Amino acid sequence: MDQAELVAAAAAGDSRAFEELVRATYTDVYALAYRLTGNEEDARDVVQEAYLRAYKGLKRFRGDARFSTWMYRITANCASTAMTKGKKHRHEELEDEAPLADARPEHDPEAAGDAELLRARLNAALEELPPRLRAVVVLRDMYDLPHQAIADELGISEAAAKVRLHRARRRLRERLFPKSEEESAHAV
Amino acid sequence: MRCEDVSQALPEIVDGAATADLALRRHVDSCLHCQAELAQYRKLLRTMHQLRTEVLEPAPGLLADILARVEEAGERRALKSLLTKRRVAYAGAIAATAAAGAAGALIFGRRRLRAA
Repeated sequence: MDQAELVAAAAAGDSRAFEELVRATYTDVYALAYRLTGNEEDARDVVQEAYLRAYKGLKRFRGDARFSTWMYRITANCASTAMTKGKKHRHEELEDEAPLADARPEHDPEAAGDAELLRARLNAALEELPPRLRAVVVLRDMYDLPHQAIADELGISEAAAKVRLHRARRRLRERLFPKSEEESAHAV
Repeated sequence: MRCEDVSQALPEIVDGAATADLALRRHVDSCLHCQAELAQYRKLLRTMHQLRTEVLEPAPGLLADILARVEEAGERRALKSLLTKRRVAYAGAIAATAAAGAAGALIFGRRRLRAA
């Protein structure tokens, strides 16, 4: 059975079909939850809650999107709820405008020319972003969700989602490509 | 147009979601500094897409935990449905008994009237 058939069977009450859907998607959903929450414990809670909501709401799934995309939206919503419940967030205290640029030249990935290093540094930079900025940039630039869908699941306006996205991109760029002294002088 | 203005606009236009106006495009075409910044944003987006394919393996037991929670919810739902059906059947039986009783009382009352 393909994914659409599995969804139809699960919606009709076939628990085996739902189990198949979980097996096919849970590592991917976990990866998103981990990127949104920034830690394993919260990610596990979010994933379980997301599948529970999906199970209860299967009849509302219209089938015009892929099941995995629907799961991303539910996961984003669950992660947002978990974050607003005031769970521990070690980076929440960072101000949006706090400088993140790493000025150490030996950490310049461009100079190193190493794609793997760049990915590792991007992972680190993402973890350092405040959760509300990280959520938007992960959902948009990694999972390709539309602005409106992101705004809906995070409970913010589309305009606010765009502002957060641009702010997040700017901070990530500053973190990955720190300015040299000459460039800093140019900017002034 | 100044580099600072372009720098503010670049995160918005880098993925093509918003179109760059002519003045901005002309500035970028002629400014190496802004071209370099745009290239960095493009590299950032490419790397974000690459991260999407990275596998983050959950600790063992997550699948079992998910399925257990779903199964529990399924059992609760089934139990609720069963109880609802029984309630309906019970209410139906009471209604039928009451109707039969009322009909019996009516017939009995008429016979007594005729006998009188």
